[in-house]
Amino acid sequence: MSPAEVRVPGGRLLRSELRLLFRRRRTLALLLALVAIPVLVAVAVEVSSTPPGPGEGPPFLDQVTQSGAFVAAASLVVAVPFFLPVTVAVVAGDAIAGEAGQGTLRYLLLAPAGRTRLLVVKVAAVAAFCFAAPAAMALVGLVVGTALFGFGDAASLSGGILDRWDVVLRVALLAVYIGVAMLGLAAFGLFVSTLTDVPVGAMAATVVLAVAAQILGGLSQLDWLHPWLLTDTWLGFADLLRTPVVWESTLENLRLQAGWVAVFLALAWARLTTKDVLS
Amino acid sequence: MADLAVVSSGLTKRFGSQTVVDGVDLAVPTGAVYGFLGPNGSGKTTTLRMLLGLAAADGGTAQVLGHAVPDSLGDALPQIGALVEGPAFYPYLSGAANLARLDAADRSIDPRTRTHRVWTALERVGLTAAAGKKAKAYSLGMKQRLGIAGALLRPRSLLVLDEPTNGLDPQGTREVRALVRSLADDGTTVLVSSHLLAEVEQICSHVGVMSRGRLIAQGTLEEFRAESGRTVRVSTPDLADAEAVLAGLGLVDVHRPDPGTVVATLDDRPVEQVASALVVQGVRLRGFVVSTTSLEDRFVALTGEGFDVAG
Repeated sequence: MSPAEVRVPGGRLLRSELRLLFRRRRTLALLLALVAIPVLVAVAVEVSSTPPGPGEGPPFLDQVTQSGAFVAAASLVVAVPFFLPVTVAVVAGDAIAGEAGQGTLRYLLLAPAGRTRLLVVKVAAVAAFCFAAPAAMALVGLVVGTALFGFGDAASLSGGILDRWDVVLRVALLAVYIGVAMLGLAAFGLFVSTLTDVPVGAMAATVVLAVAAQILGGLSQLDWLHPWLLTDTWLGFADLLRTPVVWESTLENLRLQAGWVAVFLALAWARLTTKDVLS
Repeated sequence: MADLAVVSSGLTKRFGSQTVVDGVDLAVPTGAVYGFLGPNGSGKTTTLRMLLGLAAADGGTAQVLGHAVPDSLGDALPQIGALVEGPAFYPYLSGAANLARLDAADRSIDPRTRTHRVWTALERVGLTAAAGKKAKAYSLGMKQRLGIAGALLRPRSLLVLDEPTNGLDPQGTREVRALVRSLADDGTTVLVSSHLLAEVEQICSHVGVMSRGRLIAQGTLEEFRAESGRTVRVSTPDLADAEAVLAGLGLVDVHRPDPGTVVATLDDRPVEQVASALVVQGVRLRGFVVSTTSLEDRFVALTGEGFDVAG
């Protein structure tokens, strides 16, 4: 058989990669830890004698008892500054460095996976995790919230009324927004992952970037820098809960993350396609 | 050159100021079993890495299966099975799942035959019983076998095996030897690096010796042995007399390697002449052995160093 005859359209390495990632116990543990957040939020509100007053606790917490869907929104807000970026850093930092560290990178390249193809597959898998993580939280939040507080209409942030299905749609949009917001960090993590054979190092560097960017983002003296920080749009999703939806911040999020992704994926590509695989 | 499966010219690799591979001109004929020898740190594995496109050369050129390295190496790699610097696996996947993962990375082969090919490869290295076990539970020898299975996932034109018998028990070593022989009989070219010289001597048709980054000798096993003559080894209590007789016959390199033993280079001199001369001169013989130089002697003579068995 000539190679052309047996060449089946691609995607098999991607399927293998997704299976590897989402069947791995560590990934499942990360997702489990994330979906524990909406459960905790819902249970905490349920068992407390008085519902949270307006403006009390994290954003959206006061609305939880109106509609269970807000459990999802409140837990996403809680997770975005730290828990979620840490899980993204673990997955992205491990992507190449993990393979290099355990030596499987050389066997993938000898297979031959092709360096660019391998990077594309890794990017796709890490991106899949970026969306899967908030999606899992949103889904569990919806289910737990509905079970405990019912599934009712809710007030939007601009005072209008969202009917129940509109609420579900908004929560889904929220999860997508947060998935996009994690992409810049994921790209950075992937790049660092091409630099080292020690996955933990790449993970730590990625977490440090996420934390440092948020600290810088909190200093008003550095106003000029803020629009460039990859964390600048992380908490800008409130507009998605207004009636009608204000898309301004979503576009801003897309633009900012696209910039970070373009820069760091280009660097990751330049590095991976030229590096000596000596591990 | 179509008759060479692997050929390099002036292949060079530097790490900083250190030249670890220095102008290597490798020539592995198609169909050969090429033993790639050298002490640890002599640049063998780095040379293999460059030939397989894992590391970029700082100088020189190479062709593998007629494809230039590294530009068109991608076309050759599916025909190459390799075990480089030990086997490596996803510890949390089973042996079979590890092979399936590798197979998924090769897009030039039909994935529908994957299960069958994985099983055949496992069978070939005797791992079918452990196929479902997680790789982290494998012993060193089992990992080595799994690594070899990975190299045999599909029919290959060239096998590159870096220390394939590392960690194997004598039984496993024999099996690998038989495997390499049977693959070579099928026409597969095998490039095998090893620190077990006796092993190389048993299975190889060609030999190349690396020392301090240079390829200092290369040729067929026969050429290799012929270059150094036969030696005679005499065990006797009359050491001085024996030395005198051997020297008197014109034998060179007369020395005492061990107590009670005299060794000399025999070259083409008839053995019976030496034996009778010793007896006639009243040298009491306890042993009299004629041997062709072992690869190990030759190796030590070439590299001037012992072999680090840690491999």
